Amino acid sequence: MKFTRSSGPYWRPVQDVPAMMRHVLYALAPAAAAHSFFFGPGLWINLCVAGITALATEAIALRLRGAPLQLHLSDGSALVSAALLALCLPPLLPWWVTATGTAFAIGVVKHLYGGLGLNLFNPAMAGYALLLLVFPAHMTNWLPPHVDDLDYQALSLWQTLQFTATGNLPATLGLDAVTGATPLDVLRTELGRMRTLTEIAADPVFGDFGGRGWEWVGNFVTLGGLWLLYRGIIRWQIPAGMLAGVLAGSLLLYLADPQTHASPLFHLYAGGTLLGAFFIATDPVSACVTDRGRLIYGAGCGLVTVAIRSWAAFPDGVAFAVLLMNVLAPLIDRYCRPRVYGTG
Amino acid sequence: MADAWTFNARPPRPPWGVHVPSHKAATRAMSIRQAPLPPVAHLSTPTAAVALVSAGDCVKSGQPVARGSDGCALHATISGTIAAVSTSAGGQVDVAIDSDGRDEWHDSCVPCKAPLALPPRELRRRLLDGGIVGLGGALFPSGLKLDSAPRVRALIINGAECEPWITCDEILLRERATQVVEGARILMHAAGTVHAVIAVETDMPEARIALHDALATSGDDRIGLAVVSAKYPAGGERQLIEMLTGAEVPLGGLPGDVGYLCQNAGTAAAAADLLLLGRPLVSRIVTVTGGGVAEPGNFEVRLGTPLAMLVAAAGGYKGVPARLIVGGPMMGVAQPDDAAAVTAATNCVVAALADDIAPAAPEMPCIRCGDCVQACPARLLPHELLAASRQGHADALRDLHLDACIECGCCDYVCPSMIPLTAAFAAAKAARRSRPS
Repeated sequence: MKFTRSSGPYWRPVQDVPAMMRHVLYALAPAAAAHSFFFGPGLWINLCVAGITALATEAIALRLRGAPLQLHLSDGSALVSAALLALCLPPLLPWWVTATGTAFAIGVVKHLYGGLGLNLFNPAMAGYALLLLVFPAHMTNWLPPHVDDLDYQALSLWQTLQFTATGNLPATLGLDAVTGATPLDVLRTELGRMRTLTEIAADPVFGDFGGRGWEWVGNFVTLGGLWLLYRGIIRWQIPAGMLAGVLAGSLLLYLADPQTHASPLFHLYAGGTLLGAFFIATDPVSACVTDRGRLIYGAGCGLVTVAIRSWAAFPDGVAFAVLLMNVLAPLIDRYCRPRVYGTG
Repeated sequence: MADAWTFNARPPRPPWGVHVPSHKAATRAMSIRQAPLPPVAHLSTPTAAVALVSAGDCVKSGQPVARGSDGCALHATISGTIAAVSTSAGGQVDVAIDSDGRDEWHDSCVPCKAPLALPPRELRRRLLDGGIVGLGGALFPSGLKLDSAPRVRALIINGAECEPWITCDEILLRERATQVVEGARILMHAAGTVHAVIAVETDMPEARIALHDALATSGDDRIGLAVVSAKYPAGGERQLIEMLTGAEVPLGGLPGDVGYLCQNAGTAAAAADLLLLGRPLVSRIVTVTGGGVAEPGNFEVRLGTPLAMLVAAAGGYKGVPARLIVGGPMMGVAQPDDAAAVTAATNCVVAALADDIAPAAPEMPCIRCGDCVQACPARLLPHELLAASRQGHADALRDLHLDACIECGCCDYVCPSMIPLTAAFAAAKAARRSRPS
């Protein structure tokens, strides 16, 4: 009797790349829901714009590279990058800003370096950094959190759509009247005015320890991250390293002068710390691979984030911290290689 | 050596390796059955050898028919007439024997009255004469392995059968634990050591109990029992030594370099069969399993039996097998047909239905998830080795210690991008061997 031959092993995993990407998208759902609850329907619009742009850019890039279209379009990696970028963007953003960032992330950062698996930088963070540099004003279009006692001018889905499409609000609404600074923005501005943290914390955007609304979004991001850990999609070293880096860095500064440096808990829940720790720094392609390397890489992301928030020209530092550590990742791995069995 | 030696009787679950579904339930409780004598037995020496018979000669079961250049003998596994003798380009001798159906044993097959009274050197020579080779798959002559390990601290009997589907060692330990213990005592004497440990896995409690009883009956308190994690590949020789003793076999070296001698449980039983029953290596236990076999089971098979006959003994094929695999799902080799003969290395034959194996999936790019790094029992960086092997980067392959790869298949098993890593490493090793730097 004749049989087909093939090389072993003959068993294979159930968790392939598309499944991993799908799980990341599922894990982002609770955070997205919380985000849109507190900051309005803009996130859903941004997600749609980014998603469509990502798939279109991916398709064009694959076509130009002569790569199999269906195999890679269906792997979900472009949608994950789009979703991560959209979650970092302010809820009021003209569509072309979102589209520019996404097209840059997928077309340049990902595909010019060889596509999935070969990009040096995290596409979502590179796209975010580009927008921050090119459209700095638009990138501050945050809304105040939707909590009862805040003076909140809720925008309807239609009004948000109008702004996204045209870049203008209806004449009755002024942009300044509807937008509000993020807690990190407030902190930076007020510290610049030589106010103490005790005074700044009285601002209504601050909650128990972080920004109001942001605290809850952070909790739901963490929920998704824990699920990824449970499913084995990510491993604990990078989140632990990054959270430890943020906490340790901010604790040192806080202990040195609690009136000019926010508390570690504030940093933990501010801006992109938790999203970065569980979803962004854990992007395997641009991170370290070895266990020890991942701890160092994560810690580096955390420390640089705190440093940028404390001393540099940007209110949040997660994107630049991750991009900087992306560059260092191969070097870190080089020095963290495990000792091979039977050697040394 | 009478110095104290301790081993880890319950080593913790290793950080490396993979949890694979064992699929052993179909055969692990199936008693050893005798496979019928083959009408023709095809035997080959693993190394260059000299034929001791020529076509037309009458031979009896257990009669030496060839002797390897390493001194290890190959025996007729049935009685009958030599149909053909040939020597391949590599010097290996192939012998085909037509059975006379009588299975008459050769005069040389007589038990040794007191093997433990023989000098170790004489015992090692008898192991070579008896054709005892490593039945775990290495096929290295046991007598030579003992000779090459001058100072053995302890003998390790490997019953940690970690690969899915395979139960030949487990059933041997369950049903013939006494033979394994007696074999261990013989090998200890031949190795000149007073320490031994028999290792089984956590998922074979019956085998552990049978061994425990056999050890109690033998009254030999020099032999210990260890239970290791059933995580694959805990039964790899190097991995087992590391788990039991903490020692690592140096890269490019042998277990003897760190004072250990590792023998498969089946090899120990074969040594006992040789010296206590007078039977040289003419048979072994083979698991026949998979969804494509009618009656899966464990068979004692004469070497040289065609796979087709062995499958017929297990009730024949059921359905349309997608693959015929010799070995397990991780390290086994798919056969082009079922004409090949059972060798001393054949521990398992799997007729796998399409459902039993992973469907072919397109290879995706490596996303550097690091799961392979986590799984590798040799602590290699498979993702970097892959890049280096595909680029033919010889220096990088050396720096990354390609030679430490044991080709266990763990990296393939966990790879979400479906990359055939092990096949790439095997090819890179072969390329390096053919072009020595």
